[in-house]
Amino acid sequence: MDKTLPSLAAAVADIPDGAQIMIGGFGGSGAPIELIHALIDRYRETGSPRDLIVINNNAGNGSIGIAAMIKAGMVAKMICSFPRSSNAEAFNEKYLAGEIELELVPQGTLAERIRAAGAGIPAFYTPTSYGTELAEGKPVEEFDGKMYVQERWLRADIALLKAETGDTMGNLTYRLAARNFNPLMAMAADRTIVQVSTLGEPGTIEPETVVTPGIFVDGLVHVPDPQQEEVLVRTEVVY
Amino acid sequence: MAYTKLSNAQIAWRAAQDIEDGAYVNLGIGFPEMIAKFQPEGRDVTYHTENGVLGFGKAPAPGEEDWDLINAGKKAITLNPGASFFHHADSFAMVRGGHLDLAVLGAYQIAQNGDLANWRVGTKGVPAVGGAMDLVHGAKRVAVITDHVTKDGKPKLVETCTFPLTGLGCVTQVYTSLAVVDIEDGHFVLREKLPDMSFDELQALTGATLHVKDSIGDLIVPDLG
Repeated sequence: MDKTLPSLAAAVADIPDGAQIMIGGFGGSGAPIELIHALIDRYRETGSPRDLIVINNNAGNGSIGIAAMIKAGMVAKMICSFPRSSNAEAFNEKYLAGEIELELVPQGTLAERIRAAGAGIPAFYTPTSYGTELAEGKPVEEFDGKMYVQERWLRADIALLKAETGDTMGNLTYRLAARNFNPLMAMAADRTIVQVSTLGEPGTIEPETVVTPGIFVDGLVHVPDPQQEEVLVRTEVVY
Repeated sequence: MAYTKLSNAQIAWRAAQDIEDGAYVNLGIGFPEMIAKFQPEGRDVTYHTENGVLGFGKAPAPGEEDWDLINAGKKAITLNPGASFFHHADSFAMVRGGHLDLAVLGAYQIAQNGDLANWRVGTKGVPAVGGAMDLVHGAKRVAVITDHVTKDGKPKLVETCTFPLTGLGCVTQVYTSLAVVDIEDGHFVLREKLPDMSFDELQALTGATLHVKDSIGDLIVPDLG
């Protein structure tokens, strides 16, 4: 079973307008910059995909990656916990102008909603956000004398992720703290596409070290020496 | 007013003295991160960061940063021996599952019943919450470090929070620039105050009644420059 895709362009070719897209990473750590930029290239050439709903912990930084998607006008809504960064101008401008929607989700709730979708659990209860404005309108229930908020699963049409090492079956390992949301999002999307820095044959990753098993992965693109978002932001690269 | 309020470093130093040996601790981004610098000698503390690292150490030297190795504040970190990586759901299982011994956060307001407001001041601008609403429900002890009053002199320790809440009844201890206050049974209980300050002076700068149980200790910290 070879899940390798021929190019970045091929990897993002089928993403439709209005798609709900999970993008891996926390800040620059684990952000699939090359996949995001391939999606922007397609939008610039064809006007599609647009009206996207993007799920990520943040809402972009500087003028690259998710920030560049927002600047290009491809994003209708962000679902995130912390739309703030060293340079969040791209999101801030659109948000304050009323041109982009925001669903703010506490970080642990965001992670658990994604995990729940991946595990087929439609809703769960958490103490997080109980009694706050982020729980408004949500069902609450008492368990063993304490109040909890019901939160629903969060799924996506597509997940665009970054891993360090992959094999052609889609087994993945991650580099340092770049793991973050990537293994959760891999489980929660109808179609999971991953850029890997190293791609090997089945058997090149020790089974004991696999973090994301290949069953959660639909397509892989080999991107050796990927760009690091934080480095691009610090050198003020504009995409 | 013969007293001098504590600097942020001195507040962080005081909070650090109460971190138990062997504790798993999450320090909120910004000011609370400073506490790690004052961890008392001989105490073994393991720091957790929400993005998925347990057992991180000091910041790397400039130029030595690896931007795949960061903390929740997106700052570069290093690893201590025995560190581990995990995904976000496991990271917040550590938080919400009650596995952390201590979380320390900043605050806009703390109410006498333990309610905390620390994520936004009003309805303007771009809201951002991060992991604060999770952290306040997860740790065995939830402490706040803060100036005792706002920049324009208004009390931050209040009867009822007026800013949007982060969590209800969640804070157990407050370390301020003037005092150490515990929250017990819906009351502020004064544990320590600056020795050069009278109780009445402190009460005047506090928006709810300070209760006294046992004696009031002196809040004495080193001159940290």
